[in-house]
Order: sequence, then C-alpha cells, then structure tokens
Amino acid sequence: MANATVPTFQDLILTLQAYWARQGCVVLQPYDVEMGAGTFHPATTLRALGPEPWNAAFVQPSRRPADGRYGENPNRLQHYYQFQVILKPSPGDILERYFGSLKAIGIDAANHDIRLVEDDWESPTLGAWGLGWEVWCDGMEVTQFTYFQQVGGIDCNPVSGEITYGLERLAMYVQGVENVYDLDWNGQGVRYGDVFLRGEREFSAYNFEHADTAMLLRHFADAEAQCRALIERGLALPAYDHCIKASHAFNLLDARGVISVTERAAYIARVRALAKASCEAWLQAKAR
Amino acid sequence: MAELLLEILCEEIPARMQARAADDLARLVGEALKTSGLAVEGLQTFVTPRRLVLVVTGLPLAQPDTSEERRGPRRDASEQAIKGFLNSVGLSREQVEERDTGKGVFLFAVVQRQGRATRDVLAKLLPETLVKLPWPKSMRWGTGDFRWVRPIQSVLCLFDGEVVRFSLGPVASGQRTAGHRFHAPVAFPVADFADYRQKLREAHVMLSAGERRDFIEAQARFAAAQRRLTLIEDAELLDEIAGLVEWPVVLRGAIDPSFMDLPPEVLRAAMRNHQRYLALADQSGVMAPAFIVVANLEAKDQGRAIVAGNERVLRARLADARFFWDLDRKQSLASRAPKLRDIVFHARLGTLDAKVDRIEALAADLAKVVTGADREKVQVAARLAKADLVTGMVGEFPELQGVMGSYYARHGGEPDDVVRAITEHYSPKGPGDRCPTAPVSVVIALADKIDTLVGFFAIGETPTGSKDPFALRRAAQGVIRLILENGLRLSLKQVFAQAARLYTNGPSAKAGKLDADELLAFIADRLKVHLREQGVRHDLISAVFGRGGEDDLVRLMARVEALRRFLAGDDGTNLLTAYRRAGNIVRIEAKKDGRAYDGPADPARFRAPEEKALHEALLAVQKTGADALAAEKFTAAMAALAQLRRPIDAFFDKVTVNAPEPELRANRLKLLAQIRGALDGVADFSQIEG
Repeated sequence: MANATVPTFQDLILTLQAYWARQGCVVLQPYDVEMGAGTFHPATTLRALGPEPWNAAFVQPSRRPADGRYGENPNRLQHYYQFQVILKPSPGDILERYFGSLKAIGIDAANHDIRLVEDDWESPTLGAWGLGWEVWCDGMEVTQFTYFQQVGGIDCNPVSGEITYGLERLAMYVQGVENVYDLDWNGQGVRYGDVFLRGEREFSAYNFEHADTAMLLRHFADAEAQCRALIERGLALPAYDHCIKASHAFNLLDARGVISVTERAAYIARVRALAKASCEAWLQAKAR
Repeated sequence: MAELLLEILCEEIPARMQARAADDLARLVGEALKTSGLAVEGLQTFVTPRRLVLVVTGLPLAQPDTSEERRGPRRDASEQAIKGFLNSVGLSREQVEERDTGKGVFLFAVVQRQGRATRDVLAKLLPETLVKLPWPKSMRWGTGDFRWVRPIQSVLCLFDGEVVRFSLGPVASGQRTAGHRFHAPVAFPVADFADYRQKLREAHVMLSAGERRDFIEAQARFAAAQRRLTLIEDAELLDEIAGLVEWPVVLRGAIDPSFMDLPPEVLRAAMRNHQRYLALADQSGVMAPAFIVVANLEAKDQGRAIVAGNERVLRARLADARFFWDLDRKQSLASRAPKLRDIVFHARLGTLDAKVDRIEALAADLAKVVTGADREKVQVAARLAKADLVTGMVGEFPELQGVMGSYYARHGGEPDDVVRAITEHYSPKGPGDRCPTAPVSVVIALADKIDTLVGFFAIGETPTGSKDPFALRRAAQGVIRLILENGLRLSLKQVFAQAARLYTNGPSAKAGKLDADELLAFIADRLKVHLREQGVRHDLISAVFGRGGEDDLVRLMARVEALRRFLAGDDGTNLLTAYRRAGNIVRIEAKKDGRAYDGPADPARFRAPEEKALHEALLAVQKTGADALAAEKFTAAMAALAQLRRPIDAFFDKVTVNAPEPELRANRLKLLAQIRGALDGVADFSQIEG
C-alpha cells in the first residue's frame, strides 16, 4: 500500500497526540522508568485514584522482557510503544471519541469492521481490574479499552476510561505491513527495524541470557525496601517509582527463568503490596 | 389491554452473557407483574450485543380492585385494641361489622383497595426489577455508583404508546433509541413494538438472536456453495457470532494455501478461537483453504478491506502456529516430560509431573483388567500423555491438548496405540463424546480420571450444587462409560484405595485422606444420572444399589438388566405382588406387637403342608439363588426366585397367618419375613415402583 495518505509510524503518534489534545487531554511525554505497560505510568495508576478530573494522553515505551524474540518474530517485541489515553471521569461519549481517533488515523468505519469484544482486564501486580473490551478492526486487536474499577485495591470513584493503542500493531494495520521491522517510520526512508532491530537482538540476549540474576534479586530487594521507607515518609511518587522498578526487576528475573511457579505468585504479591501502599500514600498525602 | 415495550441500550454486552440476561429479564419481570396482580397475554425478550428488550402484550390499564377481609379484636376488647385495629384498616367503628365466630363476637373489616394505574405500577416495578438482573460481572462508570454490565446509553420505555417515567441509575427513560453503531447512530423516537422493530431493521439492527443466527448460517452455506464447498457444522460458534453482531454480513476469505499442510485441528483452532471464523470443507470433507467471517457492517467497498484485513490477521496467526509446529517437532515429546515439574496440577495435589508418575503406576494395575493392553505401551503412553502441555502449540491453543501430543508422538515414531492413547485419554469429554475402546487408550483415560477424582475427593474439593470447578462430574461419567462400554471387571473400591495410596506414598504426599465410600456414592449418583439418560428405570437402579456394597459396575448392570427382564414377565410381577403382601403383613403385625419377626421359622411348629412347602422352597431358593449369584448368573438367580411364586400363592390361599395360637402366629410371620430375606439377596424389591 504505497499510498500517499497512509500515515507513517510517527504520523500516527503525532495524529493521536493532536486528536486527544483537542479532546482536552494533557499531552505528556513517556515516563522515564522501565515499565511493562502504559498503565504503570503514574499519570494512569495514581491519577485514576481520588475525586479530581484528569484527562491525559501519552506514548509509553513498554518493556516485556519475556516477549523478546531476538528480532526474528515479525510480531513480537520486548520493547514496544503503547499510546495511552485516560479520561476521568469516563465521559458518556467515550466510545464515539475513540472511534473519532480511528477516523483521524485513516480507519474509516464505513469500510472497516470495528468490534468491541469482551475482555476483562486485570493487573495482579497493580492490584487493579476493570471491565471493557479489546477493540477489533477487521479481526485484528488494535486497542484495549477498560473502565477502571479498582487500582491498588482501592475503588475508583469516579471511574476512569483507559484507552491503550498498541502502536506497532495499529501502524502495521494501516500501513498494510506484515513485519513490524518493515514499518515506515518517517516517510523518508527510515524503517522501524533501522531504529529498533539491533535493540531487540541485544536486549533479547540480555533478558534471556546475560542479565545478572544475583544483581536483579538485589535490585528487587533494594527497590522494595526503598519503596517501603519512602511510604513511611509519605513520599508517594518516589515510593511508586520504586514499586515500578521492583516490578521490572521481577519481569527480568522471570524472563531469565529463575523464578519457579510457586515463587512467582509470591513475587507478584510483593509487588502488589508495594503498589497498594503507594496508592494509599498517594491518596493520604493529597488528603493532608 | 395495552403493550409494554422496554429497551435498555448499552455498550457492547459480552456474547456469553446475552442469552442468560434475556431469560433472567423475562423471568424477573414476569414474576414482578404477577406479584403486582397484572395479568399478561404475552411476554417476550430479545437481546443483541447492545440492547436488552422486553415486550409484554395484553396488560390491563390498571390493577384489578381488591377487597380483603380482616378480623379484629373481640367486641369487648379494650378501647385501645379496638382503636388500633380501626386505625390499621382506616375505617370507623360504624364501618366494621360484628360477627359471632362461635368462639366469641369479633370485629370484622372489609378493606377495599382500588387497583393502581398500570403505568404507575410499572414506573416503580421496572427499575426495582432491573437492578436485580444478575449479571455475571457488572461495573460502575463515570461518576455514578450504579452498576450494569456495561455503561447504559438510553432507556426506552413505552406503555400504551406513552413513556413510563423512571430512572435506571443515571439514565432517565424516554421514547427514543438508536440504530446500528455505525450505520444509524442518530437517535429516533418509536411508537410501539411493531414500529420499533421495523425502524430498527431500517437502522441496520436485526433484533432476534435466532434470526441473526439463522441468517448467518444460511448465508454461510450459500457463500460456501458458491465455491462448491460445505460449511463445517459448529452450532456453538454460530450462537456466539450471533451475539457479536447486530447486522450480520457474511464474507468469505481465503487461507494462504502454504498453510494447508498444518494439522486441520490447528487450522480450526486458529480460526475459531481467536477469530471466530467458520471453517469450510471440500466435497471429500477435507478442510478447504477458505473461511467465513461475519462482519457487523455493510461496507461501502462490499467488504474488500474487511476480507483483506481478516486474511492478513489469519496469516499472522497461522505463521505463529507454523513456527510452533516446526519448533515443537525439533524436540521429542519424551524429552519434554521433565518440564511438567513446572506445572501445578492443583496447589494441594502437586505438579503434573507427579500426576504422570501416579497415572503410570495406576495404569500398570488397570492394564491387568483390560484385555489386550500391552504393558509396555501403556507405560509409554502414560509417560507421554501430558507431555504436550509444555509444547509451544498447546501453550498457544490449550484446547489442542492431547491432539498435538499425538501428532508429535507419531512424528517421534511411537506406535499407533500410544499415539491414539495420547489424544483419547481425555475422552469421553461429555455425554455426546465417543468413548475410547482401544485398550491402551482405555487404561490411560481411566487412570487419569480416577487419579483426578481420588485426589480432589481426598482434599474435600467435591462438587456442590451447580459448582464443579474441576469437572469431577464429567470425570465420573467418563469412568462409568469407560468401564461399562468396555465391560471392564474391577472393584472400584480397590482401585480407589490404590490411587489414594499413590498420593500418600508417592513423592507428592500432599493429599488428605480419601473416604472411598463417599467417592463410590458419588459414582453411584452419576451412574443413576447416566442410566436415566439412557431410559433405564431409576427404581431398578435403586433396587440394585439398595443392597449396598456393589462396586463392580459391570456386575451391577447385569443385575439391573436381569431384574428388568424378570419384572417384565408374569413370574416377576406376581412375585413382586406376593413380596409386597408378605412384607405388608409382617410390617403391620410387627408394629402392632411392638416386636420384630426376624430369625428363622421353626419347622417343628409347621402345621399346614403349605407352610412346610413354602419353607422348603425358600431353603432351596436360597441355596440355588446364592450359587447363581456367586456365579454371576443373575437370570438364573431370578429364575430361582420365580420358583417361590407357587408355594407363596398356596400359602396365602390356605394358611391363616393370624392364627389364634400366639406361637403359631409368630412362626408364620417369621416365615413370611424370610421371603423378603430370600429376595433381598438379589435386589431390594421394596425400591421397585408400579
């Protein structure tokens, strides 16, 4: 589809940013801590709590160490981009707004089969859950749509609507590309592989083979201790940073295959405890 | 008489919840109308992915008037009591009457209640009923606390053509709805159900799920026939798809032929699970490189983009499947087995690796009672049965467990019996599923299911009511069918004890203590259900079970069958009559006398020749009956019983049981009681009905 109207990868980001800015969202830049999904961004997790309205949109690089495929799988990446929108409280026309964003990036609902398919979202590490759908476009999942019910074990009131676009997948769809590394990044000769292929190879090697597990175990314990100490002092934001760091250390350990089935549940519970405590501290500090 | 129309339009309702919601709505509103004294002519519900609809016809415009009589205190009761009564019925002293009930003179009041307007009743009844609708999962949205399956967009409610005013959470009722999400999103008013249905159709919404399903099926068959293909039946998937679309548009896509060498089960799984595509077959029944996708849109480009998109998605899925297929075959199935250590069977029952060890040990025992089960093959099959759970393909498509194991085992050169057993050991998966008959398959299937049953019963995780999270009823049903359909002779209690020992003695000594009788009773219950489904009289089953102690299902069934045939003839029915007569007399007299008449009759006290003859017949029958039972000749045992008929009839004809001499009477009652004893050796005849 070498078509002049087909958006490049960066067009897609710019278009979505502009669209959601017009919808009243604060456009943020990526958070500077490694995390598994945009939901971990404090602009989502923490801001979903408490009574204040909050509308934000941002790109968040997401790290999933176990999904690395050394750059050899056309669909799977250990580092990819999510475009995240959070609208609090969820407006009555949130779906119409979302469909508007698809139209903005060139997906015309008159020619494409857009469907909302049940998908209940749960994050055991964040102690969070919500109901919603995966959005299918012609059979392809392009977005995760969730009404947050709980975050950090705390009821969300008001409820936030979270829209998470998988940018690579969406771009592959609109560009008609079957290999992520072939995505046209900027319309001027740079492809996704030029930017990220080497990273996928090297990080896959790191994630699966070379990450120092003794060091990671230390990092996990340190992050956990630091998080707890900061919560004692009511410093919710830095505490939460360390919760995210612990979560990433766990993901790396998991990818290295050093966590057994039984230990796994225990590690997840430890991260969840940090997330809950951070969320509680966030609300308490605001209350003061 | 008037019509009620209610529509709740909301964001997409999960397909699996729709049919149940429509049923619940019909039931709850039906009950509420009845409680409110509102009779109806018809009540119907409809459901689409976005709307839940109720139509009630023939409602009266008002509730009927009612009058109720209430009794108050005595005429001469305290002033306070009388005043309280008058207040409670809202009448004055002159308006109540006095009546002599025979037990005194009381005050009586007739309270007249005027029926309320149906519209007013509905305005209260509907919101109260709707909040009771039991969604499996519900949610809040926006700033409210109201819960529904997904956010509500509008509530349409008309009675007799006019809006019934109420609020459902944050949404006020009105007379407008909207059509298809993309074809006709602008709200419009409707007048009544006929108008609603008509306008919805114009707005690209097919209201009835059954109609959508039938339409999809017919269109899919047509699209298949155009390519000289046929639709592979999948009723469950058709139902699900009908719940995913308001305006079905059936399209046909092509599968890249280079993927057609993948196992057909893999193609099906990739198409069905993730994508909900219907599969097609060519004239020889082989899967065709084409699929049916049902869109929710009449696209401007006739669906070209939709088909192209879906074909691309399927290509990516099949490329993944091909990757796993190639990768999985690089490693032998046997070499994967150690990884089962990482998979937990159940937190309190250890890992799958340990389960495999137990299956292997139990299978070695069971192989002895299954004719033709080669011990070596049984052992190999046991070791490999679960190994595919750690392959990439089964990780991606869990429903292919067993099937992939067989493919990989064949690839690894395992013998046919082993290959077959790996797939078949999960069978039978339900009443409609084929039961394995190949010896090795039977052994492994039985060992796996018994191990599961014994494990969960030992830790008290037994099914209760509708809750059976570990599918133990299905496992029990499987055990029953495997035993009966293959005529396996085994003592279930002994097998259970052995299976329980494997839990406690093996490396995964985690289980609690098994109550084998509890598990046997559970199997008996399932057997009754199983046989009832096959039309076997339940009283015969109870009669044979009633004897207790039987744990050989094949022997048990032979008894049931012999009993059925016996009772179908004259000898049986007459003997049953005699049995009941004897039993009734003994029971009545025993009750009268406050003593039991057990123990043998004393031959020295016999007077009539009929007594002696009956006694001798009983002794003879007990002997031949016991011999026949021991030899498992149940028909012969029944025939022996038939010998009793004549002496019993003669006894009742000629002998007076209630003789004036107490000792003679007691002896005759004992003799009658012995009839029961003789029959009970074969079956508990007291359980038989009719």
